[in-house]
Amino acid sequence: MIFAKYKDQVEELLSRYPVKRSALLPLLYIAQKEEGYVSESAMKEIGKILGLTPPQVYETVTFYTMFHLKPIGKFHLQVCRSLMCALVGSDDLVGWIHRRLGISPGQTTNDKMFTLSAVECLGSCGTGPMMQVNDDYFEQLNEEKVGRILDDLKTHGTCPLKSGPFMFPEPVR
Amino acid sequence: MKILLKNMEQPGYTGSLKEYEQTGGYQALRRVVGGMEPNDLIDMVKASGLRGRGGAGFPTGVKWGFIPKDHPGPRYLCCNADESEPGTFKDRQLMERDPHQVLEGIGISCYAIGAQIAYIYIRGEFRLGFQILEKAIQEARQAGYVGKNVLGSGVTIDIYVHAGAGAYICGEETALLESLEGKRGKPRTKPPFPATHGLYQKPTVVNNVETLANLPHIVNRGAEWFSSIGSPPKSTGTRIFCLSGHIKKPGNYEVPMGTTFRELIDEHGGGMRSEKPLKAFIPGGASAPFLTPDHLDVKMDFEDVAKAGSMLGSGGVTVMEEGTSMVWAALRLMEFFNHESCGKCTPCREGSSWIVQILQRIRAGRGRMQDLETLSTICGNIGGRTVCAFGDAEIAPVLSTLQHWRHEYEALIREAEAAHPPKSEIPVLSL
Repeated sequence: MIFAKYKDQVEELLSRYPVKRSALLPLLYIAQKEEGYVSESAMKEIGKILGLTPPQVYETVTFYTMFHLKPIGKFHLQVCRSLMCALVGSDDLVGWIHRRLGISPGQTTNDKMFTLSAVECLGSCGTGPMMQVNDDYFEQLNEEKVGRILDDLKTHGTCPLKSGPFMFPEPVR
Repeated sequence: MKILLKNMEQPGYTGSLKEYEQTGGYQALRRVVGGMEPNDLIDMVKASGLRGRGGAGFPTGVKWGFIPKDHPGPRYLCCNADESEPGTFKDRQLMERDPHQVLEGIGISCYAIGAQIAYIYIRGEFRLGFQILEKAIQEARQAGYVGKNVLGSGVTIDIYVHAGAGAYICGEETALLESLEGKRGKPRTKPPFPATHGLYQKPTVVNNVETLANLPHIVNRGAEWFSSIGSPPKSTGTRIFCLSGHIKKPGNYEVPMGTTFRELIDEHGGGMRSEKPLKAFIPGGASAPFLTPDHLDVKMDFEDVAKAGSMLGSGGVTVMEEGTSMVWAALRLMEFFNHESCGKCTPCREGSSWIVQILQRIRAGRGRMQDLETLSTICGNIGGRTVCAFGDAEIAPVLSTLQHWRHEYEALIREAEAAHPPKSEIPVLSL
């Protein structure tokens, strides 16, 4: 049972909406955070909490690309491949990652550390090429930066190059 | 002329409640809940000429006016923070750098339509923006700007942030509502419109982040002031344009509506990134047809861009330099649309994948001249034949590149035909 320890949080979430089903996406996020993916048992449990059938949960999960139905690597590298990033080198970025880790989009490293995906627009078109790693954005990437990010993630689990509150161009000081 | 980005451009400004209040923040909300008639507020926004900044450009005050006055409620406001249109990255900045400006706008909009609950539907990838907004709402709640009794007025305005989970279509207002209800994000057939049957089938207004951020300034400085900026009477105020692509200084630039593309690109964006001249640009996000260097002197207002054969859309301006393959560019965008089609309407679901296959074939050197006719026919069978505007959007890159750069398609196909002459004529089914 995933949600037993999140009882308060679930209750608070349910209080936000007049209809329980609205809490479906928020609960799926909790489940995914807990297990790394959305498991079948988590979907059943969510169904019970919200009064939905398992297929109702499943049909919703499968619509959204951010939910994974299978375990993925510890760090999910999502490279934006849409036109705006492609114009400034997102295909090169995929190549740099491939050179360092030996994986192509859709693949996971053998040590289960990294999964690489080529995804559509992440809303960071002025600061491409860019990628999202789990919750963090990394922007204006070049080969050197990518190397550092991958090294940092491997050794420290995080990297200081991640973006803060976004403003671009930064105001002139 | 900076309105929306003015605060955040101050050195050291972090967007905290205290700093926002010091710049005059929440005075507008105080004024409206302190006794302004909702109708007067709606009239004021109508008079300001403010039009939606999400893409469609619908007049905000008119949208509010559609909410039935005699409905027992509840009514809802949804702030569209899905920001999923490729080329657009302004709402992210507004939310992460000056969240209270957006929250104050939400409060004003709620008051105008009589909504007690507002949901900010933010795209799932903007985790940082989500956290910043949650924190700002908490601050505002403690200060009495959000909650059961806003500033002692007896008015209730609750604001919640709700994260999407990676679906472009959820920026479409009825798909957003479906998603917020915990379902697959498929657009609804209209009518009925959200104004009468929106979230949970109750009267609902969906406003974009940038639209809402304008409201405190209109209340503070008046409709006349706002409508004097930009390109009145139809395109008033400023707009944040997002520059991307082969530009020297990409980024968000707030300029009065009616500024020319040339000024935006040359003066704000610093011109092209290299010696290569501009070949093409997209004036308003991926859904807007491509334009050519001949259109650089078009004014960036709703009417003029429409007259030039495109649309101002979401304000995402992407420039491409000489040497960029237009077939490749169209294919990249089509792959996006094919991936993001929700699958509800057959023409869009099937058509987008057919177009991708044909473009991939042309790029791979296996094109036929008849393909160009087929592309136009498929596009003709998508446009206007879908529940939402996605269908009209996805054909824009193909049709506009075919219109302006047909010779590039033909050259690729001629090369292919020269390399692999057809042994016999392959019959083409007419669609």
